[in-house]
Amino acid sequence: MVEDLSAGAYWKATLGLLTKILIVWFLVSFGAGILFVDLFNQIHLGGYPLGFWFAHQGSMYIFIVLIFYYAKKMGDIDRRFDVHEE
Amino acid sequence: MDLQTTIYLFVGLSFALYIGIAVWARAGSTSEFYAAGGAVHPVMNGMATAADWMSAASFISMAGLIANMGYGGGLFLMGWTGGYVLLAMLLAPYLRKFGKFTVPQFIGDRFYSKSASTVAVLCLLVASLTYIIGQMTGVGVAFSRFLGVSSATGIYVGMAIVFAYAVFGGMKGITYTQVAQYVVLILAYTIPAIFISLQLTGNAIPQLGLGGGYSGTDMSLLAKLDLVVTDLGFGKYTTTTAGSTLNMFVYTLSLMIGTAGLPHVIMRFFTVPSVKAARSSAGWALVFIAILYTTAPAVAAMAKLNLHATINSAVKTGGDLYAPESSIVNEARPDWMKRWEKTGLLKFTDKNGDGRIQYYNDKTKDAAAAAKAAAAGWKGNELDVNADIIVMANPEIALLPNWVIALVAAGGLAAALSTAAGLLMAISSAISHDLVKNIFMPEISEKGELMAGKIAMAASILVAGYLGLNPPGFAAGTVALAFGIAASSLFPAIMMGIFSKKMNKEGAIAGMLSGLFITLFYVFAHKGLFFIKGTEYLGLIGGPNSFFGITPEAFGAVGALVNFIVAYLVDKVTKEPPEHIQAMVEAVRVPRGSKLVTGGH
Repeated sequence: MVEDLSAGAYWKATLGLLTKILIVWFLVSFGAGILFVDLFNQIHLGGYPLGFWFAHQGSMYIFIVLIFYYAKKMGDIDRRFDVHEE
Repeated sequence: MDLQTTIYLFVGLSFALYIGIAVWARAGSTSEFYAAGGAVHPVMNGMATAADWMSAASFISMAGLIANMGYGGGLFLMGWTGGYVLLAMLLAPYLRKFGKFTVPQFIGDRFYSKSASTVAVLCLLVASLTYIIGQMTGVGVAFSRFLGVSSATGIYVGMAIVFAYAVFGGMKGITYTQVAQYVVLILAYTIPAIFISLQLTGNAIPQLGLGGGYSGTDMSLLAKLDLVVTDLGFGKYTTTTAGSTLNMFVYTLSLMIGTAGLPHVIMRFFTVPSVKAARSSAGWALVFIAILYTTAPAVAAMAKLNLHATINSAVKTGGDLYAPESSIVNEARPDWMKRWEKTGLLKFTDKNGDGRIQYYNDKTKDAAAAAKAAAAGWKGNELDVNADIIVMANPEIALLPNWVIALVAAGGLAAALSTAAGLLMAISSAISHDLVKNIFMPEISEKGELMAGKIAMAASILVAGYLGLNPPGFAAGTVALAFGIAASSLFPAIMMGIFSKKMNKEGAIAGMLSGLFITLFYVFAHKGLFFIKGTEYLGLIGGPNSFFGITPEAFGAVGALVNFIVAYLVDKVTKEPPEHIQAMVEAVRVPRGSKLVTGGH
């Protein structure tokens, strides 16, 4: 089977990656840090209640990982569809 | 060497460094002035973006607000970093591919309309000006302490220096200067935090110290802080939210999408060499930002604990906070309090006439705390500490050596100046390039364009300085308003411009105007028309926070939603964009063929 390498398929792959990342982005900040913070606070990470940790520390570390993951995966997608910069 | 001399020395040296770099890299043509010739390495650009981004609000004000708010203050941390994920994925690479200088240019071209571009300029000006008001408040705090004058005088001095500074170099000067500023401000922020973390927890890394044990006790630092503040009638530090959960949710969202919609941050991504670099630049920026942002909550909690321990000796000993001899005798108060009293940002009033300072929450809803205060003969809170001084005073509260205090003064000034300068660049390019050249006077010379930009800078400093004298809130709160405005007006339009091929000019213009209008309407109801005191109209909207308890700072997310809905509806009933525009959107989506930024020709 020949892979679909059209502009449409490229855009679909891009949006798929964005969706995955945005889900994680939402879960760590709005999920663990805000909506379910009381639940997470039941657990402790050293002296940190876990929900508090996500709001004041954890989500930021995960955001950094997400951006570099995105940059790398997006580079892969660019090369797969042969639309990367020369 | 005495403290004041050390401060002059550190501030003087740091300024000499910035000015030296600005002279060395002085801008020539307009292209260099705005976008530094499109050739800045991602790591460098990330560092400069971080300096640009971390303003007086982040450096001076944020930790103080977190100290006041506790857990709820996390909305600043998540909001101002989470936005970078959106920026990196949704906007930066595409705007870089588009290859123009400014946000209004993108809006104008994508929505094939000069009116759309003019509306974008309007949104940009309102957001940037509001932002600068917050900066000027912070500049006032920094200069008032630095020179030992009132905060109003501090603002006048700051206005003059910001102006000289922004007019002197263009963006290229600013890019390398900002790398230097980043280094100064991050050292200034982390060094005292490391000292204090060592003092309080024995752990040199503040991020770990915050989760560590409080030295000399078997309690964790946060548990100790919770205990002290609840005993004094304040809300529990680790669980107090900012208003309701809904408010905290939309507040965080507003800051996130505002981050991705703020023109002076987006502009940074026009200056990287490629689309690939635009993606990783945002990541590098966030790395450098997170060094400060993950330290801030430690600074907040530790400064708060230190402040209480200074005023009330029972905090350290674990004794009765309400015992008469626990509160500090006013005559014996430490020198740093006397120094800050001069700025008017720290005040002591001996309400019960016992010569001691009682610092507690006299409006507490906690009956036990109120009863204890009444039994102890306390007649109200006697210490008024402006949240904006916490970071600047932090090393003094912890009795750190003079050079650390001097370094923080230099860092605070670097933070305030660099962001103010970046914002002024965005304002001046919007007015001179997008408004004067592209709309009113297309035949204006390059020289005339630069002059128009400088006049715009001067005017905005005057307006911001005037409003900064009577700010609508603490520096970080005012800046949050600016984010709300950017979130409700620019972010949706840019995003739809990239992610929807069919969005047309009618939809975009109607969306931007309605998002901007409804947000300003709600904000001005609380803060006064154009932030002028005395013109609030809360009665008209049914009292403060009347929209589901949402505060004006948090309203930007609602405005953005309105923007999206209006744009969608108007788009449905008007005709779709021309063929070549749809083809352009297709082209913007793929990285290949990106060129160096060219002018608006």
